[in-house]
Amino acid sequence: MKNVILYLNQFFGGVGGEDKADQEPYIVEGAIGPGLAFNAALKDAQITHTVVCGDNFMGSNTDEAVRRIMEMLKDKPMDFFIAGPAFQAGRYTVACGNICKAVMEQLGVPAVTSMNEETPGVNMFKKDMIIFKGGNSAAKMRKDVGTICKYVNKVLAGEPTGGADAEGYFPRGIRHELFLEDKRENTAAYRGVQMLIKKMNKLPYQTELVIPKKDVVPIAPAVKDLSKAVIAMLNTGGIVPVDNPDRIQSASATRWGRYDISKMDRLAKGEFKTIHAGFDPAAANEDPNVIMPIDAMRAYEKEGKIGRLHPWFYTTVGTGTTEAEASRMAKEIIPFLQEDHVDAVIMIST
Amino acid sequence: MVKEVERAGFPIVQMCNLIPVATTVGANRMVPTISIPYPLGDPNTPKDVQWKLRYHRVGVALDALATDITEQTVFKVKI
Repeated sequence: MKNVILYLNQFFGGVGGEDKADQEPYIVEGAIGPGLAFNAALKDAQITHTVVCGDNFMGSNTDEAVRRIMEMLKDKPMDFFIAGPAFQAGRYTVACGNICKAVMEQLGVPAVTSMNEETPGVNMFKKDMIIFKGGNSAAKMRKDVGTICKYVNKVLAGEPTGGADAEGYFPRGIRHELFLEDKRENTAAYRGVQMLIKKMNKLPYQTELVIPKKDVVPIAPAVKDLSKAVIAMLNTGGIVPVDNPDRIQSASATRWGRYDISKMDRLAKGEFKTIHAGFDPAAANEDPNVIMPIDAMRAYEKEGKIGRLHPWFYTTVGTGTTEAEASRMAKEIIPFLQEDHVDAVIMIST
Repeated sequence: MVKEVERAGFPIVQMCNLIPVATTVGANRMVPTISIPYPLGDPNTPKDVQWKLRYHRVGVALDALATDITEQTVFKVKI
């Protein structure tokens, strides 16, 4: 029977929701929560221990959290380490990536995780580890656990595995050398010319080496004179008037709003709140300026550090919101900034 | 969203807690915040402490907008 250890966040570990996101890491024997599904799907292996850690604790104290968890793990017999599945979470997917990376580097144990394409964890960690393509919500638990275990079972049994597409994980950019039978049709020269012939005949062909497009944005030049500049404020922390007049969604947002602050020196409690479903709203509801610092901006405006504050701030919600929707919303906001000759922008994200 | 705004020619600074995420996604100017639920003011501290932090970090963000950079840059904060 092989030994597998599972990492879960505070929610899946049964501690609580956002209110328990600061949960410090601990380890328990056996399987809890999704661990039960893993035990059912693993072959000749079981979850011997489960590590639980709050997403905020891991996010804001990554080095310390990892250090403590490595201490907990180093004396445990472990053949495989699994984190998640993390579905479409923000902090949880990053946490899974960080802990898997540490386990592989410091303990030399294979580690895998699963997350949805639309998460920060994927691009941050797909080169460092196998990340299985996961669903967008916990409703996909059974499927994602199944995908992970199909692979883990093969590895533990010493069977060969099939590569990213076959096994269902994000390609890591790793190429394995494969020796083909020594005949003319298998040579690179032949394969290359065949591709060229297809291309010249405008027939479809598949390149053997896909060059990924790196999306870098050219650095916008710095503001020349801040004291004359018009500055606009944006946030993805969901700060809206208390009646949420634009009905911005609390997660997976497709709507944004802009709110008039021309007569305000700060955002008032009771007039504004946050609708973001990804964190405990208490602090922001008590003082919306912690996410949308209008008070600080007005102070700088009065002092003359900036020319003036653009009379609206712009809001949407970041959690679960797809890149495509976010991109579209930004493109819709931009004309408003151009209209007022805004010189520069501050975006506050949560 | 930050990238779209910058693509349109506006210098923009991303204030956020998970700097590694912003870096990977490709933000050019970044300033760290102290947490996710309360980026610019810890409710467990007195109001004047919260204000000092918020005022300072927003100031760093404004200076970042006026600073020429040649690569992705995380601007340092003092409090």
